[in-house]
Amino acid sequence: MQTIQSTSDSHSRRRNILEQTLHGITEAIEHAVFAEQISANAGFFQSLDARVKVISMLALLIGVSLSRSLLVIAAVYLLLLILAWSSAIPVDFFIKRVWLVLPFFTGLVVIPALFITPGPVLVHLPLGLVITATGVNTVLFLLLRVSTSVSLTLLLILTTPWNTVLSALSVLRLPDVFILVLGMTYRYIYLLLHLANDMFLSRKSRVVGYLSTSDNQHVLAAVSATLLGKSLDMSSEVYLAMVSRGFRGSIITLKPFKMRAKDWWWLSAFLAIAVVVIIMGR
Amino acid sequence: MFTESKRVKLLVIYYGALLLWLGTTAMHIPDGYLSPVTCIIMFLVALPFWIIGIRKMREKLNARSVPLIALLSAFSFVIMMFNFPIPGGTTAHAIGATIAAIILGPEPATIVVSIALLIQALFFGDGGITAYGANCFNMAITVPYIAYAIYWAFSKNQPLTSKRRLVGAFVGGWTGVTVAAFFAGVEFGIQPLLFHSANGTPLYAPYPLSVTIPAMVIPHALIASVAEGILAALVVAYLQRSNIAVLEAAEKPAVLGEAGGFQKLRALWIVLVVLIIASPLGLLAPGTAFGEWGSDELASRGLGYIPAGLQKLSGLWGAPFADYNLPALGNVNLGYIFSAVAGIVIIAVVVWLFSMLLTSDIRSKKSEH
Repeated sequence: MQTIQSTSDSHSRRRNILEQTLHGITEAIEHAVFAEQISANAGFFQSLDARVKVISMLALLIGVSLSRSLLVIAAVYLLLLILAWSSAIPVDFFIKRVWLVLPFFTGLVVIPALFITPGPVLVHLPLGLVITATGVNTVLFLLLRVSTSVSLTLLLILTTPWNTVLSALSVLRLPDVFILVLGMTYRYIYLLLHLANDMFLSRKSRVVGYLSTSDNQHVLAAVSATLLGKSLDMSSEVYLAMVSRGFRGSIITLKPFKMRAKDWWWLSAFLAIAVVVIIMGR
Repeated sequence: MFTESKRVKLLVIYYGALLLWLGTTAMHIPDGYLSPVTCIIMFLVALPFWIIGIRKMREKLNARSVPLIALLSAFSFVIMMFNFPIPGGTTAHAIGATIAAIILGPEPATIVVSIALLIQALFFGDGGITAYGANCFNMAITVPYIAYAIYWAFSKNQPLTSKRRLVGAFVGGWTGVTVAAFFAGVEFGIQPLLFHSANGTPLYAPYPLSVTIPAMVIPHALIASVAEGILAALVVAYLQRSNIAVLEAAEKPAVLGEAGGFQKLRALWIVLVVLIIASPLGLLAPGTAFGEWGSDELASRGLGYIPAGLQKLSGLWGAPFADYNLPALGNVNLGYIFSAVAGIVIIAVVVWLFSMLLTSDIRSKKSEH
């Protein structure tokens, strides 16, 4: 394997498509497991009612998206860092998870905005380019707004088990059927990921050398089509299993939530902060 | 100091690289790119499709639809994780909405892809929560409806194993994702025109339509749309060979994916066309935005070279946009009129395809009786 790798570098990318996909799948599972572990820790945010968290996060998200002030968004980000710290989330992880991924999309995309946004010149660069003050502002707005919004979601997910997040969505008046489907989807994603993983791995373990683009496409399509067939078959089996356990189409969900004084207190605190963010950000 | 042409060259290279890179990523819009007003409008645009999708599921499948939708949403999610190779050496993520639409029909496919997108947004930080409506409109509505209409236009009255179905799946998937990329480009592009601070600083996505539309459409048309199209075609081919029952089931109205029932949808389409056309124009009314851009005395500084670079780029792309290319900063109205017209044309094509489907369906039903 080693020799093949070194002799066919030009093909390494193509050959690695199965590996890339395998890697992506494993990573997704790892992330979810990691989030689950943190959400089981004892911490400030973990101790709050999930509905409080969902509403607070949404209110802050709206505040951040409305804000016309960089300082206000930065303040929210700082608040999130404090909340992460008080919720037993490794702060460096919390920062890195957002800021290491961010440049790949947002960073790359906004760079030209530094130069092309009309405004007072800040810096003259070689090649006749100029960085404008408005350009810098624009870039900061986008970077801060995106990172703060992503951090908000991340904080919620890291401190709340996924099934609790889903049940808490009922507070947004989403129909129970919808929440049931979401929960089942989440569960079956992992099953299908495992199935896909097995198929890729077994295919890869039988491959010596590299596959052409078209071979890879056929492998991926075969895996996709097999997964599709399996999903359809499984859905009827799951349906029969549900019926045999008494499912008649109506859904009764357990609502394991109970608002305590502390939850009410923090809910009003977060809503107040969101209102301040909206007013200050105007 | 560098000459004008060298600057232009550098920018063209930069944009070229950027475009290639963008094309390999899925078009999940994160939070912070779209203004709250746009987000609300996109939720409102998506809402009727969600309602129709749920209604359709209830009618056709009732309780059975719960596990079916859950499993297919999980399937759609997993498909979005695959790195699909494209001739030329890059890879892209397919959406899988085309396959869902072929198997289930567009209305349930909307629900399936929307659920996959919600889980991505909530648990994997892929795509924003405030931008969820926009993402659903682009990927869970535009792609399945367009792909489905085209697939059926190709495979009407064709045997299950027909090669035409593969062509239909490819063209459908390619067109669906390309049009979705166009919509995403419009959503990005109207941001700086409508939402900026008093001194002209764009508060959300910073580029005008003249940048965002080619930046979204070109790379998607070359890369991501191709991935969606090839994957859909190969999956259909695989099903033809090894699991034809799935395709067979998709043909039978009793199971799902009934080709009829578009009559009811027609009124909705008209409402939607009006909504889509009105949404950017409606935004214009209260905004003082473009007056400021035009009168900004400093605007000329930025105008000096970038539009020239863009002009070159859009020259690469095609004639229709050439007229509209430059004015984005100086004359915003043109950009608007252009995007409105382009939107109308695309939607008209979609409506036409649907009405074609509708009439042929009624005809075939009549001949049966």
